[in-house]
Amino acid sequence: MSVSLGKGESARVATGYGLRVRRAGRSRIHRGEAWWALAMLVPTTVGLGVFSLWPIFQTLYYSFTTWGAFGGHEWSGLENYRSLLSDTELLQALLNTVIFTAVTLTSVPLAVVVAALLNRPGMRGLGVYRTLYFLPVVTLPASVALMWKLLLSGDYGIVNWLLSLLHIDGPYWLSNPGTAIYALAAVSVWSSVGYNMVILLAGIQTIPRDYYEAAELDGAGKIRQFLSITVPLLTPSIFFVTVITVINSLQAFDLVYLMIGVNNPALDRSQTIVYLFYKTGFIDHDGGYAAAIAFVLMMAILVFTAFQFRLQKRWVHYV
Amino acid sequence: MSSADSAAPSSRPRRGQGGPSRRSSNVVPHVVLCIGAVVMVGPFAWEVLTSFKTFAASIHVPPVLVPNPFDWRNYLTVFDTLPFGSLFLNTVLMTLARTAGQVIFCSLSGYAFARLRFPGRGLLFGLFLSVLMVPSQMFLIPQYQIIQHLGLLNTVTGLSLPGMFSAFGTFLMRQFFMQLPVELEEAARLDGANPWQTFWHVMLPLSRPGMLALGILVAIWSWNDLLWPLVVNTDPAKMPLSAGLASLQGEHLTNYPVLMAGALLASLPLIVAFIVFQRHLIQGIASTGLKG
Repeated sequence: MSVSLGKGESARVATGYGLRVRRAGRSRIHRGEAWWALAMLVPTTVGLGVFSLWPIFQTLYYSFTTWGAFGGHEWSGLENYRSLLSDTELLQALLNTVIFTAVTLTSVPLAVVVAALLNRPGMRGLGVYRTLYFLPVVTLPASVALMWKLLLSGDYGIVNWLLSLLHIDGPYWLSNPGTAIYALAAVSVWSSVGYNMVILLAGIQTIPRDYYEAAELDGAGKIRQFLSITVPLLTPSIFFVTVITVINSLQAFDLVYLMIGVNNPALDRSQTIVYLFYKTGFIDHDGGYAAAIAFVLMMAILVFTAFQFRLQKRWVHYV
Repeated sequence: MSSADSAAPSSRPRRGQGGPSRRSSNVVPHVVLCIGAVVMVGPFAWEVLTSFKTFAASIHVPPVLVPNPFDWRNYLTVFDTLPFGSLFLNTVLMTLARTAGQVIFCSLSGYAFARLRFPGRGLLFGLFLSVLMVPSQMFLIPQYQIIQHLGLLNTVTGLSLPGMFSAFGTFLMRQFFMQLPVELEEAARLDGANPWQTFWHVMLPLSRPGMLALGILVAIWSWNDLLWPLVVNTDPAKMPLSAGLASLQGEHLTNYPVLMAGALLASLPLIVAFIVFQRHLIQGIASTGLKG
């Protein structure tokens, strides 16, 4: 920062880009800068343009078309969206997805408790616990699905065997329309606790120890400290984790595909929006209708996220 | 562990407060965390045990804990029922291509957004961010059509190509470059280095931790990706493990020992990589909070 600023440039200092925005361009050394930037941006910009940005508009367009059996498509205006409104399968899938998301959110309080316990002074074995809790996050979804299919099996699963010890007759968790979506969501909780815990742990470690020591001097117990110090100061991280969990859960697909499957009597009551999208677009080859479903999903994510950002003022404390 | 703790002379006395009672109070947290750990690891342990059981033992009620006889041949049967070798190779190639692609391309674009100044930077960055916020299902149908037009259905190239570019990776690398001190760059430039030389010789060596974090995130996401492989690859020989194992489930619905053996073999490389690179991955997630 030895180069002095010229007039007018000092105003730029306050902007987000900091000192370097204008100044560099004026000196001769950096004349080629824009060309270098262009060259460095080309691969990602072209790739994203072709595979992401353009497809957004293409999908929007498709959502206003009807696809024929042999690959052609023609403009049909709002037809797909009109059908969506009265499509009970879609409405049920929306409901399933919301239930799945709501249940998966219980992983957030669980992760808060785990993170708080790991953060206690003098706590040993943090690395070991973290590794174990995080394991499901890096495990192949097919593997996760498989182990839980066996554990939740109606006839020879361990879950029902344990329940039978308590004289409870467990259901066929994954083929019973009343239980399937909850079983899937339970597996989802199991797989997301570790991930949420890692983010929350990073947040919790920034809370100064002095606060706890002061609270202790005032006679506050452990639980009181947790509720009055940890949770309020952690609310920004909790909010963040909640938003991410909702966005990911609304896009759930793997568990439905791997644990429920096409011929399952519980499919209607457990398929998520993305599963319905996949089935419509790539098994029934009805790209127009699938595009409309994708658009509904995008709007759902937008609405839920915007809603959370509105609510955050009421409960998130930024220090 | 905790009882040993309280018995040992306290290595870090905390202002004379509490003393032994404070130390021993970690017993309850350990008990709670251990119960949680059993719930987390139990299913994995059961998967390992089941993979060594005979089929009859795997569905026995009450459950058989220890495999007897110890049937390791399930691991051979996997190779007979699935083209496991080619599935594995496809997965490795796809993961390498996506990871290398994103690490290289996102470092370049991330640096350009972080440190270079050019007309339209705000607008372009806004476009990148908007891609980041749209769910990937919005891309899927056109992506499929593009891959189809290019004649790349059922190829490893088709599997990998769209995953080599990332708005998220660009964002992550940009954040990383912005944290590095500007002074080094200034010095290089005053010595007459052009932006490329500054990037290559000064910034890139400093950004290794960021690249590593991104690389591991992308590798996990690629290895475990299911929806895209299902869409573009219907030929079992060209699938990655994620989709291949899913199809095995359909065909051999209840042969759990073989399925478990296959699932373990397919998950193992990533679990090992996670344990080796854990620190970088945790940092990457903690600083960005996003999966790929």
